[in-house]
Amino acid sequence: MVLTSTPRRPLQSLLLHPATKPALFAVALVPFTLLVIGIVRHTLGANPAETLIRSLGDWTLRFLCLTLAITPLRQWTGLAALARLRRMLGLFTAFYATLHFLAYAVFDMELAWSDIVRDVGKRPFILVGTTAFLLLLPLAATSFNRAIRWLGAARWQALHRLVYAIALLAILHFFWMRAGKRNFGEVAVYAAILGVLLGWRVVRAAQGRYFMKLGSQSAKG
Amino acid sequence: MLQPKDRGFVHPVASEITPRPVFESRRRWIAAATAAAVLGPRVALAQNQAAGKGTPLAGARSTVPGAITMEKPTSFADATRYNNYYEFGLDKSDPAEHAHTLKTRPWTVAVEGEVRKAGTFGIDDLLKLAPMEERVYRLRCVEGWSMVIPWLGYSLAELIRKVEPTGNAKYVQFVTLADRAQMPGLRSSVLDWPYVEGLRLDEAMNPLTLLTFGMYGQVLPNQNGAPMRVVVPWKYGFKSGKSIVKIRFVEQQPATSWSLAAPQEYGFYSNVNPTVDHPRWSQATERRIGEGDLFAKKRPTLMFNGYEAQVGQLYAGMDLKKWY
Repeated sequence: MVLTSTPRRPLQSLLLHPATKPALFAVALVPFTLLVIGIVRHTLGANPAETLIRSLGDWTLRFLCLTLAITPLRQWTGLAALARLRRMLGLFTAFYATLHFLAYAVFDMELAWSDIVRDVGKRPFILVGTTAFLLLLPLAATSFNRAIRWLGAARWQALHRLVYAIALLAILHFFWMRAGKRNFGEVAVYAAILGVLLGWRVVRAAQGRYFMKLGSQSAKG
Repeated sequence: MLQPKDRGFVHPVASEITPRPVFESRRRWIAAATAAAVLGPRVALAQNQAAGKGTPLAGARSTVPGAITMEKPTSFADATRYNNYYEFGLDKSDPAEHAHTLKTRPWTVAVEGEVRKAGTFGIDDLLKLAPMEERVYRLRCVEGWSMVIPWLGYSLAELIRKVEPTGNAKYVQFVTLADRAQMPGLRSSVLDWPYVEGLRLDEAMNPLTLLTFGMYGQVLPNQNGAPMRVVVPWKYGFKSGKSIVKIRFVEQQPATSWSLAAPQEYGFYSNVNPTVDHPRWSQATERRIGEGDLFAKKRPTLMFNGYEAQVGQLYAGMDLKKWY
């Protein structure tokens, strides 16, 4: 890996700049801010509850894609400093997922928990979405450095591999939600993005195993 | 009312007490209606201006039982910008954005099948076929939201009587325009085009079934089904076909678009029924569009959308769980 090649250096130093993380934090809050403004100014359309729930779902999926894009991008570009942004993006995924779930619980179900439980049982796409949300919670809860030390890196990493299952559940949730109108255009876009991001990891893992085998054989030889 | 024999006091049943928001909204409505009657054209004009720049269409208040609900009508803006009309796109905002390409003149409606006087009617003849009435109906979408809309039209029965159905006519099918040049949504494969809907003949003959040409004192905006649609207020909204080009009288229950697309989810009858859930969600409550703020409570959905007194007898003895 050529970390010192000149064209990459400006990007690398930009990523390492102390203002980069606060800037990303501010940018990631823009969708949330716009939605709050929309609520206050009554510009979310005829069915603001629906707009709110769906927009929050969209942003959850977008941040999930961004989070999962960090590692492949780092590997493709050699920009190691990208890794600094991954935790914040992951936490924003959890932030929007939590708001998405709360908006559903408050505006769609009026916080009637027995109805929510029944709804989860009744509608497969709600079940899948709720499962993805619940799986996301332990990841958000163990995102800080001390949690990594407590768990040990290996266990922490194993736990955080849950994000792959979460991604699959999230896209299934979106697919099922759109199935009523067979409106799969956007679903296909997100599925393709997630397919590339997860597929890349599968390929790399396979390659890693292959090279490891080669290595062990040559060591024996 | 419960009337205990041993007491002089008449106790109302709790469910009969009119809730405060309801009677307050009735009072507002009565006040507005009185103002309209007194001030007359000036208020009507103001309403038309609020409703946009549509062509005015007048109608006398309907005297058909159940035809005018006292609930507060949905705003014109919401009723014309939050629509399901897949021929113009799948998003609720698509019809308002894309339906301007629909040409509503010249427009003809073919009436065919089991009728003695089959033929093709021009839209202007249909407009004059019977006196125009204003009716304020609740509209309940199968998706779980509802509106209150002041429609203009006359009972479909007026047209049916004119064309004289034969003894073989048991059902009526409505066919919506399907023209790729005017309707960008037809590129989507969500449904088989053209959109078809249908009613049993006695349902079609019920005076509440409205052949509709206008809303909010003006001709129908394109996105609401111009130039002519039906409105069947006790059924989920998708039963009310828009931009109709053909009405067929048939002996067998006709194909209907949504029951072709998802027969386990949408039946031929599709009467509004809070006790029969959609396989994927509850139908017990509904969100009234434009009512209150984000935290407004949903309303309980009413049997036959509140038109049970007028249409309940059409389904006497039928298992409504089976005939959903």
